Amino acid sequence: MLFRLAIRNISRNRRRSIMTASLVAMGALALLLFGAFTTYIFAGLETGLVQRGGHLAVYRQGYFLFGPGNPAAYGIDDHAAVMRAFQDDTVLKGMINVMTPTQAVVGIAGNFSGGISASKTFFGVGLVGADLERMRQWDEHGAARPYVPDDRLSDPNASRGVIGRGVARMLGLCEPLHVSNCPSPEHQPQVSGAAAPLDPALADLAKEDLASQPATNGAPRIDLLSATANGAPNIVSLDVAGIDTQTVKELDDNYVAMPLALAQQLVYGRSEHKVTGIVLQLHHTADVPVARARLLAMIAERHLPLEVRDYKELNPFFVQVVGLFSLIFLFLALIMVMIVLFAVVNTMTMNVLERTAEIGTIRAMGVRRASVRRLFLAEGAMLGAFGASLGVVMAFIAIALINHAGFQWTPPGNTDAIPFQLAWPTRPALLVGTWLGLVLVATLAALPPANRAAKSRIVDALRHV
Amino acid sequence: MSEQATAPVVRLDHVARVYHAGSISIPAVRDISLEIHPRVFSMIVGPSGSGKTTLLNMIGCIDVPDSGQIEVRGENVLRLSDNALADFRARNIGYVFQSFNLIPVLSAFENVEYPLLLLNVPPAERRRRTLAMLEAVGLETQAKQRPNELSGGQKQRVAIARALVKEPAVVLADEPTANLDSVTGTAIITLMRQMQESFHTSFIFSTHDPRLMAEADQTFSIRDGMLV
Repeated sequence: MLFRLAIRNISRNRRRSIMTASLVAMGALALLLFGAFTTYIFAGLETGLVQRGGHLAVYRQGYFLFGPGNPAAYGIDDHAAVMRAFQDDTVLKGMINVMTPTQAVVGIAGNFSGGISASKTFFGVGLVGADLERMRQWDEHGAARPYVPDDRLSDPNASRGVIGRGVARMLGLCEPLHVSNCPSPEHQPQVSGAAAPLDPALADLAKEDLASQPATNGAPRIDLLSATANGAPNIVSLDVAGIDTQTVKELDDNYVAMPLALAQQLVYGRSEHKVTGIVLQLHHTADVPVARARLLAMIAERHLPLEVRDYKELNPFFVQVVGLFSLIFLFLALIMVMIVLFAVVNTMTMNVLERTAEIGTIRAMGVRRASVRRLFLAEGAMLGAFGASLGVVMAFIAIALINHAGFQWTPPGNTDAIPFQLAWPTRPALLVGTWLGLVLVATLAALPPANRAAKSRIVDALRHV
Repeated sequence: MSEQATAPVVRLDHVARVYHAGSISIPAVRDISLEIHPRVFSMIVGPSGSGKTTLLNMIGCIDVPDSGQIEVRGENVLRLSDNALADFRARNIGYVFQSFNLIPVLSAFENVEYPLLLLNVPPAERRRRTLAMLEAVGLETQAKQRPNELSGGQKQRVAIARALVKEPAVVLADEPTANLDSVTGTAIITLMRQMQESFHTSFIFSTHDPRLMAEADQTFSIRDGMLV
């Protein structure tokens, strides 16, 4: 009878109830659409980061804080044995999608071809191209851009690599690489960026190196100068197969990717070839805590001087974006809660006022105060439930329409426009949380009027006109 | 007759009720003592503002006196908690209001059924008793209609059925014919008399309708809050 009465009372003043439920629906719609948008953003960002850098990275202790400035000093000893141990571990085996070594390298890149003499500092990374390609196909959330094979780093023994658009621009390689939207300087720079002028002797050495090794496939060639682990200068040549634009300008202006062997040759020369990192890409992001704990346990068991960092530590930008959007979502939710709160309080107060005599009647017939309170709370809850359910349906329709509209945009962390999509709000925390949250708010909003109804004196209520 | 059958169904002992409006005190009922016997048509009569409704409300356990004692069916109702008093009303007291006070969103059947729901009567018995009561007041064909689809007389018949369906010890009726035309009012008085005799219930009215007063088995005249 409680729910029958509540439903019929809601339908008594249809226009008012529809308006109130519509406000609740708008609240649900706004929250679910924004939630779908943030879910899509988070999934897209995470996918991009995990495709490039995996979920976890194992470094020599201290590398994360101090190593990037001097990667040669932070090589992992016998990395092949370490990787074998990880690969053979029963816990990790089922979780790992790709495990690959990387070598960081810093130095000076120079272009001395065709009368050009330009150099700048670079931050490079040596990769196993085949592993990188497998990592680029990771798409747990269905948020990846369509996979396009890239074989520019596929030959492990070649000296072929890619550079950032900024590096290409500053080394005067835009024209040879046919890079669009990449201006060449009017006057050819002798030095650029923060790099110190290349010592004439080293420049001559680089020119000799360039002359002795003809470029393959007509690709422009640059020279990479770095200090080996022993402190001696070392130079290798890199055939630039193309550019790989980075989303952060500072990185784009310094980025050089090359085969692992070439990076190792540059950093270690004829010494033992080590790596600075072992990157692990897992099948599922949810496995990160378990995998990390297992890695740390194995490192501790073997007394290895290694540390483990996850993709969030390696990409604080991601954590900041998640934090920012979560804060905006919270702010939006608070506004919606306030709107729903005031709408339901207003509607229920009107209902109580209009039905004062009725409240007196049922109390005189023997209905307890608590039952009167429950009746109005049930009406508030039902208004919330109708509105929230309507909002969920509207959100699914809106998402379907938006996803089929063909909108394009450039999200944070991307360099090119991609289709604007909203993730289906299937996460229980979002869908159920929004629905339950709004129903709860509507129920709580009905509490003050319900209390007022329950506390009214019967004789006063019966006299009410 | 057993002692229980002859014992008063309502007993008021030096009951007084004062209303306060700011610093002004208005005595509505002054030191009234009375006994109402079971299975009778009792009238509380008097001019407007004499305290009839206040007295009826206190007998019906929906208002509390400032002093004195009230017993209904031998129970000192002033000792009961709010919940116990609500349960007591649900079991023992039926109301017929001047303005009918039916619940507009419920059908005639549901309005009559409502008091039985409060007493947790099983569904089958609830349905049987509700239909029987609607038939007794001549509204079996209007069972599905809502109050706004009924005439004033029909609404009051539903209200009478609602008051009687739980077979209470006392039915209180506050000016039950005031909102009805003379023909309908007479019909309602006749119906209530029939129902009172059929259900062996005590009816207590507050009224100044002479047709209703003519039916009284027991009359209490009240003026300025005192029995006269």
